[in-house]
Amino acid sequence: MTPEDRLDELEEKLEELLEDFEDCQRVRARGELTLTVPRDQLMPVMSLLRQKRALAFEQCIDVCGVDYATYGQSEWVTSKAANSGFGRAATHDLPQMDPHNRFAVVYHLLSVTHNVRLRVKTFLDAGRPVVDSVVGIWSSALWFEREAFDMFGIMFRGHPDLRRILTDYGFIGHPFRKDFPLIGQVEMRYDPEQQRVIYEPVSIEPRTLVPRVIREDSRYEAGWKPEPPTGEAD
Amino acid sequence: MAEIRNYTLNFGPQHPAAHGVLRLVLEMDGEVIERADPHVGLLHRGTEKLAESKPYNQSIGYMDRLDYVSMMCSEHGYVRAIEKLLGIEAPERAQYIRTMFDEITRILNHLMWLGTHALDVGAMTMFLYCFREREDLMDCYEAVSGARMHATYYRPGGVYRDLPEQMPRYDTAQFASTAEAKRRNATREGSLLDFIEDFVDRFPALVDEYETLLTDNRIWKQRTVGIGVVTPERALQLGFTGPMLRGSGIAWDLRKKQPYAAYDQVDFDIPIGTNGDCYDRYLVRVEEFRQSARIIKQCVHWLRANPGPVMIGDHKVSPPKRADMKDDMEALIHHFKLFTEGYCPPPGEVYAAVEAPKGEFGCYIVSDGANKPYRLKIRAPGFPHLAAMDEMARGHMLADVVAIIGTMDIVFGEIDR
Repeated sequence: MTPEDRLDELEEKLEELLEDFEDCQRVRARGELTLTVPRDQLMPVMSLLRQKRALAFEQCIDVCGVDYATYGQSEWVTSKAANSGFGRAATHDLPQMDPHNRFAVVYHLLSVTHNVRLRVKTFLDAGRPVVDSVVGIWSSALWFEREAFDMFGIMFRGHPDLRRILTDYGFIGHPFRKDFPLIGQVEMRYDPEQQRVIYEPVSIEPRTLVPRVIREDSRYEAGWKPEPPTGEAD
Repeated sequence: MAEIRNYTLNFGPQHPAAHGVLRLVLEMDGEVIERADPHVGLLHRGTEKLAESKPYNQSIGYMDRLDYVSMMCSEHGYVRAIEKLLGIEAPERAQYIRTMFDEITRILNHLMWLGTHALDVGAMTMFLYCFREREDLMDCYEAVSGARMHATYYRPGGVYRDLPEQMPRYDTAQFASTAEAKRRNATREGSLLDFIEDFVDRFPALVDEYETLLTDNRIWKQRTVGIGVVTPERALQLGFTGPMLRGSGIAWDLRKKQPYAAYDQVDFDIPIGTNGDCYDRYLVRVEEFRQSARIIKQCVHWLRANPGPVMIGDHKVSPPKRADMKDDMEALIHHFKLFTEGYCPPPGEVYAAVEAPKGEFGCYIVSDGANKPYRLKIRAPGFPHLAAMDEMARGHMLADVVAIIGTMDIVFGEIDR
């Protein structure tokens, strides 16, 4: 059975078993299946994916956050750049966007029995990014969810131990959010007078070496058009 | 009688058995672990955030620095994700080269693991033996990429360049006499493929040598048999992959189940354990040594017989030849655009995984059509393994914690990212 056949089969099963969840959207692209689930239906859908023998997603391979705040934005508007130059044309302001779908939590599931993968995605509010924890279903989510909390500030309801994991002790902010600067907020040095390590605001300037460019023409794949991502607010 | 109470022990981050920068906070009852709380992130560099600020190709070098003992496998995961996003496929010769170097990397990684794991448990000699062989494999890295460790050899659309016809040789130097240089150069007279073939021919005997030191060693067995037992159900639940999962008896290997590169063209077996303890995981990895050597040998034969391109000819993704740029305007423009701006893959999201020596290494890329990834998530195999520390160490003695850290094959470059 080829991977495509297995995916066909999975799609059929999902259609049948997810009948009650009409708001779930399925997208199939590049040999991968993505299931977008509304945040309030996440738990029942996930339990179903784990427990139904026909699906049997035994492994939660990965959980990660995504911040869609600047999705589809060029730093360098190619038509204006001829008169404005690189540096001045690069902008870093957060755009006005629909706050209902700013964050996404993406789960990558793997079924060892059926040898298929599934990506489950759920979009969250910018103001209150809270979603149910799947630790009760897959133990591996324990640290993955801690990481998503640390990096994006996404809260997982029912998580037994939601602490920061990768950042420094006493760190402020969520570094992978798009409004967190790449160079960070503070820098650390040893102060010989106070004889201890101190934190100070960063002294370096943010620079854009290569501007972020979205080409409207398609040069790499025949026949594609830029289109808004699935599940993303217009 | 004195009152006995629990106390907390701080293990690392500057402990030689902590494999880098692991800080473990252990709650102990006497010498028994009640709770283990690993504090990670001391090596966090924000690779994923850095990748968001660079064109796709410029982040390949960061992948080497994730798992810094299995460099090319991490590159492979990233490069495969980009290829999937762009909808391109590397030429067959490049696929075989990647397969061969993935396996060289697997041996490199397992040698490092075996040496340090045995050293932690008290077998000093293993460390010296393993590093002796690592040196030869790093020379292979150097021969193809110019760097012993951080190769940046795999590129979207193939590999950076073809295998060299001549294996680099030692010179006579102040500390190496002519006779010494001649001895060292004995295996380096031919091409890189000859050198690799010579290595895989003598490697199984060397693995036997390691095994005579450990496999039936009473101390080694006392320290590993029955330690850190994980049942197959728990291994799946905890997100284990690679030898950690196979040690618990689940025959899951991406090279067989979801083949990539040239793995469906070569013959090899998947070893699995039965008890899921440290000893079984040791046996699984030792058998992987032999299987890797077997795969490399098949790749060497194929590569000898089949010359061909190692990079796709699409100059939107791969640089044109230097010679072409001298008299072809188009080639010059392609070169300039590729190195200043890069390429813009179509919007969408992909996840591509490879069987790295430690387990499943995956890259999830979200693209919005720009020349930089919108979001890159690196799924490091060691991360869920270390997360299971508490469960695996609970009820064991303090000395067993060292054996469990060793068996997990932990490298902080990939866990902290």
